[in-house]
Amino acid sequence: MNGQNIIETQELTKVYGEQVAVDHLNLRIQQGEVFGFLGPNGAGKTTTLLMLLGLSEPTSGKAWVCGFDPTREPLKVKRLVGYLAENVGFYDDMNAVQNLQYIGRLNGIPDDLTSIKIKELLKIVDLEVDPRKKVGEYSRGMRQRLGIAEVLLKDPQVVFLDEPTLGLDPDGSKQMLELIQSLSQDKKITVFFSSHLLDQVQRISHRVGIMIKGQLVAEGRIEDLAKEKFGVGPEKYTLEEVYMKYFKEGQS
Amino acid sequence: MKGILTICRKELADHFSSTRFILLFYLILMVSLVTAFIVGAGLRDELKDVAKPTFVFLMLFTSPGKLFSLIQFIAIFGPLLGIVLGFDSINRERSARTLSKLISQPIYRDAVINGKFLAGLITIVIMLVSIVLMISGLGLLLIGVVPGPEEILRLLVYLVISIFYIGFWLGISILFSVGFRNVATSALAAIACWIFFSFFVAMGASVVAGAISHVDQTRAADNPELLIQHEQTRKILSLFSPMTLYSESTTILLDPLRKTTQSILLMGPMERLSISRFQNPLPLTESIYIVFPHLISLVAITMVFFAITYAVFMRQEVRST
Repeated sequence: MNGQNIIETQELTKVYGEQVAVDHLNLRIQQGEVFGFLGPNGAGKTTTLLMLLGLSEPTSGKAWVCGFDPTREPLKVKRLVGYLAENVGFYDDMNAVQNLQYIGRLNGIPDDLTSIKIKELLKIVDLEVDPRKKVGEYSRGMRQRLGIAEVLLKDPQVVFLDEPTLGLDPDGSKQMLELIQSLSQDKKITVFFSSHLLDQVQRISHRVGIMIKGQLVAEGRIEDLAKEKFGVGPEKYTLEEVYMKYFKEGQS
Repeated sequence: MKGILTICRKELADHFSSTRFILLFYLILMVSLVTAFIVGAGLRDELKDVAKPTFVFLMLFTSPGKLFSLIQFIAIFGPLLGIVLGFDSINRERSARTLSKLISQPIYRDAVINGKFLAGLITIVIMLVSIVLMISGLGLLLIGVVPGPEEILRLLVYLVISIFYIGFWLGISILFSVGFRNVATSALAAIACWIFFSFFVAMGASVVAGAISHVDQTRAADNPELLIQHEQTRKILSLFSPMTLYSESTTILLDPLRKTTQSILLMGPMERLSISRFQNPLPLTESIYIVFPHLISLVAITMVFFAITYAVFMRQEVRST
């Protein structure tokens, strides 16, 4: 594995019965990068995330995250990686601090240190916490921000975000995107995120990868992909148009 | 290990604060105390001005009172406690979308299932111990007899068997919570299993025994061998029910005067003479020896069902939800 690549896959494949969910995926992502992972529903994005997290075993191929193989050393990977799932779930009968404390304990962080971190993180994600308010009463935006706080609790080197702005209002989405950008710029955290909202991906990603039917059909900077498909840069073509071009080619 | 303990700690807090557990616990406690009170008051009146027989303290648990004995009550309704503690343990996490989050933390995947099972077992232990202690206290007040060391030992063995018995039902309900995504489906499946194993197996055993060796009740005395064969077949088949295993083993353990799990014995004159001469209670080791196959079977099925649950959970593919 290249020392600069914090995530690398070699011919990573996942097959469910007859269906190939991820087909010989080769991917390289560098430290501090914001990588947008695009594709239609069922393209294999979440399956890739789960394999990189060590939650799902690849059928063939290899992967390294932070220098560790997620299949062989899942705990080492999980210690360094945060994961915010699509429609993040919480223990609704507990308040925000209790939810974060539980995650802190699972990560082996001492309670007193967790308490200090929780205060800092809730400030970072701009979440006013009323201790009487259970997470079940939180709005979608508050849950997403709490999810980010949860992911950051373990000081990860990489965060995997699956549709982080799904269901958020425009202001909430803007705040979330700024937060994701600050993770990369200020904390040098590598952000690997999947989304269907292509304008948002274009706004914050350094590079993107497009998955169609389990195959990575394109990978690189948006301007490079636009040049490849249309011969001109993104000033003329949006990511959406680039994506649709690849998508239609992939479908045919 | 830290992951197991963290999950176990949270599950314990959830159990002890959940309304359904509290309701069931108080219901079982109330019925147990009422039963113990009726039995204790009855014993006190019967034993007035009479030398107390040995092992009178254990009668608090084995005497039927007005309806049923305490051990019969636990045998029938104890499984509900195991089911309540486990039927939604995994599918609740899945429907709340917390399962993928939980296993994306730096813990081994089996920590989830082990932590939940351990928390369920600890809850069962706390509940059973507190019920037995309260009944013992009530018994002390009512009949004024301090239990001897052997009675205490017998009660301890009874507690261990009860923990395995309810643990078996906990294992089954967790298995259904792993297998079914819907909480209501897993609850219904567990209750269906409870009804089948607790009631239908015994009924089915009688029917099958009747089909294999039909006994005409009016002329049963003419052919005792056939009657014995019928009873043995019925008994073997009914041992497929954990309730039968539990009831038979606890009855023998808590009633030292009972020397066999058989309900019909074919005896010659010498055996009858020897039984009438030796009416002493069995020592604890002898009682355990009699029900040892029952105990081993109960422990084995509990472990087997937990192992199946473990294997199914570990082999399940993780999805984002």
